[in-house]
Amino acid sequence: MKNLTGLDKLPVGMTGKIKYMTESSNNRRRLLDLGLTQNSIIRNERLSPSGNPIAYNIRGAIMALRVEDTKNIIIELIN
Amino acid sequence: MGLTNQSSGISLIRKKFNIEDNNKIVLALAGNPNTGKSTLFNHLTGLNQHTGNWPGKTVDNAQGFFTHNDKEYLIVDLPGIYSLLAKSKDEELARDFICFGSPEVTIVITDATCLERNLNLAIQVLEITNKVIICLNLMDEAERKGIKIDIKKLEKNLGVPVIPIIAREGIGVNKLLNAINDMVEEKIKLNPLRLKYDEFIEKTIKNIEKKLDNILDENFNKRWIALRLIDSDKSILKSINTILSNE
Repeated sequence: MKNLTGLDKLPVGMTGKIKYMTESSNNRRRLLDLGLTQNSIIRNERLSPSGNPIAYNIRGAIMALRVEDTKNIIIELIN
Repeated sequence: MGLTNQSSGISLIRKKFNIEDNNKIVLALAGNPNTGKSTLFNHLTGLNQHTGNWPGKTVDNAQGFFTHNDKEYLIVDLPGIYSLLAKSKDEELARDFICFGSPEVTIVITDATCLERNLNLAIQVLEITNKVIICLNLMDEAERKGIKIDIKKLEKNLGVPVIPIIAREGIGVNKLLNAINDMVEEKIKLNPLRLKYDEFIEKTIKNIEKKLDNILDENFNKRWIALRLIDSDKSILKSINTILSNE
């Protein structure tokens, strides 16, 4: 597989495709419910002043996710 | 209408939600946060609403009354949630009410501007109960964003009525009321979407369902409970225990 990386490494303005999640905690269910399912497209919209959380566009909605959660989400970079 | 007010387990859940009046038709209003549940709620009930608290966490649980077509309705405005499966208190309460409070009709409000992520909850609700009406709110904003929704097709795929509305302006609300009326009178043919799992899971569901038949009466959706047991969802066990120990 090419270009696999954690969601936290997705630069602002770039888009990725979600491949899988590494953790299986309560947050996994929550993130899936929020629409972060396999092969969904996610875009880094903008950073907060401190760089954490980060605002992402997923299925037409903007949501802020913490780095603690996003580093467990593995994406494939697309242009 | 299939509702036994005597069954004390269910009345317990209702009591938890401060529903004492059993003569009114109970409706539940569910949906993601910020989709206009309360806007619709206020539109339907006018100024007749009063709020109540339920134990656990202080989440506002608004209830209101309205009359339509000579029927009296009690509508419960549930907290905004993304899922019935996650573990927060408000999600648990919304789930308990939809599953064990036996609302006559559950209205799921969705945001038409990002419908896809709203359908997650809608499909979860459809797994619990047949009597669901899907409301597409914010149709005006969706139109402004250039989003077109094939309502007929959505209705066909979900197998329940889909009603586009603009809650803020009250557009479509009458259509919704008529759909509720028709559903209560069992005039609508329902064919709700049920997720099919793989063979192994389906077989396990069947096995658990058989065992549940000995413990639970027909007020419970056993397929759904079996699925939660497979999920090893402990909070559902707790809810069932509370209900059964009070029967």
